[in-house]
Amino acid sequence: MAIAALSVVKPLAGEAPAAFARVTPAQWAEAARGVHEAGGRIVALWGADRRDATGAFSVYAAYATPDGLAVLDLHVPEANPVYPDLSGLFTPAARMQRAIRDLLGLAADGADDDRPWLRHGTWGEDEYPLRREFDPAAPREAVRGPYPFVRVEGEGVHEIPVGPIHAGIIEPGHFRFSVVGEKVLRLEERLGYTHKGIDRRFQDFTLAEGYRLAGRCSGDSTVAYAWAYAQAAESALAIVVPPRARWLRGLMLEIERIANHLNDLGALGNDAAFGFALAQFSRLREDWLRLCDAVFGHRLMMDRVVPGGAAADLRADARRAIAALAQRTEAESRALQDIFDEHSGLQDRFITAGRVTPELARALGLVGLAGRASGQRLDLRADFPVAPYDALAVKKAGHPGGDVAARVRVRYQELFESLRLVGEIVDGLPDGETRVELPDARPGAFGVGWIEGWRGEVFVAIEAGEANRIRRAHAHDPSWQNWPVVEHAIMGNIVPDFPLINKSFNLSYSGPDG
Amino acid sequence: MIPILLKVLRTGIVTEPAPAPREDWRVRASQIQDEILRLLGRALVIREVDAGSCNGCELEIHAVNNPYYNLEGLGIRFAASPRHADMLLVTGPVTRNMEQALRIAYEAMPAPKLVVAVGDCGRDGGIFGACYATCGGVSKVLPVDVAIPGCPPAPIDILQGILTAVLRKDGRR
Repeated sequence: MAIAALSVVKPLAGEAPAAFARVTPAQWAEAARGVHEAGGRIVALWGADRRDATGAFSVYAAYATPDGLAVLDLHVPEANPVYPDLSGLFTPAARMQRAIRDLLGLAADGADDDRPWLRHGTWGEDEYPLRREFDPAAPREAVRGPYPFVRVEGEGVHEIPVGPIHAGIIEPGHFRFSVVGEKVLRLEERLGYTHKGIDRRFQDFTLAEGYRLAGRCSGDSTVAYAWAYAQAAESALAIVVPPRARWLRGLMLEIERIANHLNDLGALGNDAAFGFALAQFSRLREDWLRLCDAVFGHRLMMDRVVPGGAAADLRADARRAIAALAQRTEAESRALQDIFDEHSGLQDRFITAGRVTPELARALGLVGLAGRASGQRLDLRADFPVAPYDALAVKKAGHPGGDVAARVRVRYQELFESLRLVGEIVDGLPDGETRVELPDARPGAFGVGWIEGWRGEVFVAIEAGEANRIRRAHAHDPSWQNWPVVEHAIMGNIVPDFPLINKSFNLSYSGPDG
Repeated sequence: MIPILLKVLRTGIVTEPAPAPREDWRVRASQIQDEILRLLGRALVIREVDAGSCNGCELEIHAVNNPYYNLEGLGIRFAASPRHADMLLVTGPVTRNMEQALRIAYEAMPAPKLVVAVGDCGRDGGIFGACYATCGGVSKVLPVDVAIPGCPPAPIDILQGILTAVLRKDGRR
């Protein structure tokens, strides 16, 4: 393995299996080739202004290897702010590199696409929000120019622009379809509309406080983000949290998965004109959210996973209520799945729509739920199980179909598995403390977190600064990986199937926009 | 078909009563004439705009359409075009990248152009505040009638906020 061959590899403390190495530009490129050849994938790519500490910027790549995460740190000098391109090997790197350019002013040498991604003319071309000299509060005049979409030429080809405001209650983004008749030849996404400056904003918080911001990167995955953040903070602080806290985190993560899958199953039925599904599944989802409110004090369980443990506990009656709802949800969902399976109109819309073959999924780096529905059997809960998953033997979902039908099927499989896990967790919940005190952070301490959220892998990296403040934190959403695949999934399908195909991925805008 | 009908019958009607309006959430005195309110009657149409939320508010806005809250049962529904809308329901701290689109949506609306800001972010920027990337709340960009607090507000609060914008103090429309 190319990573192990690097001279200085140091393991990182914490739950996530991870190693850290500083590399030269040649090693950066060589490691990328090695990971690619060994079938590894890129998890996240981000940069930091470390001129005051090291005299240079840093660009970091986190790779998933069979041994866990490998985090590489390449120093990039201010005088020549370029680093070797990774997008030639790893498709998901392309947009992340564009974001690094917009936020930090470092360019990927050899990248095909150097158009801005997050910068929509709302800050200057020559200013970079993640550089220390940037004043986030300074008044700025937006200079909005046209965005050069890739044009498709040919007889009868026309464009359909959609967004940023979409037709439903959905997050904003722009889709540019090139179509002939109803058939989509090409889709180009332009995102970044919900960019809130989260990476910069983290610097206003301490390590102990930042979980609140992390939990608001993508609200539908608040538990996954908060847990990944807590892992990263605990990794930087080299502390271990009590078993009961870990099990409570697992419980909340599985309830989050259940609530989102119920939501999506209803919405997918509705997008195929089966309103009954939405009424039934949205009722079941509401039952879970009300129970969360009663048990954890928040319907979405925001701010309940904290560095050092969990800010929630379970009484015996709450355990019984959760187990009872899990049983009822299972029975009702099995009956609803039968109705789905026997509904020819629904199956007609689902089968073959938006197909991503396993080969394409592998080549493009599709992850998470959508990846598993295209034959990519990756699930951190089974591949690198942390407590409580190490005691639960999580059964991976999977289907090779790669179409909307497969993504529906995988959601059912995961729903039933999560209902089983919830039952096991409330049964086996260990006694003891739920939270430990946080020690002071050593300035420069670095840590990572890596969690299988309902959509896919959420990754967080933290570097501590002076006085327990966050010097740099980066939260990565799996939608970075999966959005470019949606562009391929729609090709050859008809425009009216786009909402259904898009919903079957249900990717986050806010998460990757930051 | 029979399993579907049986499921519908067994589930029954789960819709709960609607809440009363909350005067303390009103940001500006209503400029809407009684006459217009009467014209709106029970057919309020809402255009929702996500102006950079974390999507938590969207989840809870979706929930007001579930059978428990049954927003459509009150004669209120969401429309795709701002040109068909009486109310703009806005979430998020208003990112600078969404500011222009939000203004265009508002301009496209016919009178009375009600604006309800949803959540702590919509009210004042929330945890994201105001920075190079965010405006710091809907009222920095548009005149806001009602601001609903919460992160995210529960569906019952969203429902209450919507009703506050269209109901008079005595609860009549």
